[in-house]
Amino acid sequence: MTTAIETLRDEPLTIGGRTFHSRLLVGTGKYPDMDTMVRAIEASGAEVVTVAVRRVNLDRTKDSSVLHYLDPKHFFLLANTAGCYTAADAIRYARLAREAGFNDFVKLEVIGDEETLLPDVQGLLEATKVLVQEGFKVLAYTNEDLVTALRLEDAGCAAVMPLASPIGSGLGLLNPLSIRTIKRRLHVPVIVDAGVGTASDACVTMEQGVDGILMNTAIAAAQDPVAMAHAMRLATTAGRAAFLAGRMPRREVAMPSSPTKGMLD
Amino acid sequence: MDVVINGENRTITAGVTLLELLKELELDPRAVVVEHNRRIVRRAGLSDVTVSEGDAIELVHFVGGG
Repeated sequence: MTTAIETLRDEPLTIGGRTFHSRLLVGTGKYPDMDTMVRAIEASGAEVVTVAVRRVNLDRTKDSSVLHYLDPKHFFLLANTAGCYTAADAIRYARLAREAGFNDFVKLEVIGDEETLLPDVQGLLEATKVLVQEGFKVLAYTNEDLVTALRLEDAGCAAVMPLASPIGSGLGLLNPLSIRTIKRRLHVPVIVDAGVGTASDACVTMEQGVDGILMNTAIAAAQDPVAMAHAMRLATTAGRAAFLAGRMPRREVAMPSSPTKGMLD
Repeated sequence: MDVVINGENRTITAGVTLLELLKELELDPRAVVVEHNRRIVRRAGLSDVTVSEGDAIELVHFVGGG
């Protein structure tokens, strides 16, 4: 039997010289427990997993590090600068993350507003320039603004990551036109990051032709995170396949699918 | 000797190196990244840096996040 995936002619995703076979990237936060996290990540088929840099809890003997549960040999750890509100803080976190010794990739976030968690694009550009200079492969979390995306590419980002909708909102892809425009104009990979709520959101996002999708809450906060991770894996693959297949044109009037000739008098 | 570790005031043995401090805190040096007075200290250099009164030390690692 020939499955869709076997007939899918696609190239792997390459970011900053690293090649990945899954176009779904997942976070490791907000899971009800570590066992569920591990099973969900396995079900998602993701190779790239994001992690955050935080203080060690000095009063707890139990290891709270995510690396206690995820083998860094099997997953590509993408450290983020979540929670940083200035370029200087984001740079500091990125340097600490690199010192952990896994890779020189960073998911760069510089947040500009606490309520919406929308990015501070000025701080983001500033931090990008410094980190690129220091040899980091920067994946920049940004809004769906084309001009910012172009500037981030010019600044040397390895990938640009526009949002589908605000972090943790689950509102899905609010601005498909902007995402398509960014994808059309950029040369570096475009990974949509944040905002998907369910599998159809992931599918529609991938149908825009973007290179990948990164999500956390949509899986972690589902009633059954492992089952949702599986759904997201299928949806990401389906959306990518549909994009490569090329959808039919939209029409505002109906067109019959059955012959109009040969009807009885 | 009083120092500030991860934002908390702590009393530690006087004259220890960063590597000895990690041992005192029962932390695996391979599992944490050390920042000493805002400067990152590489794992190999932890035994070369002596902690002084009032120093600010940050000990970080990876936790779950998006």
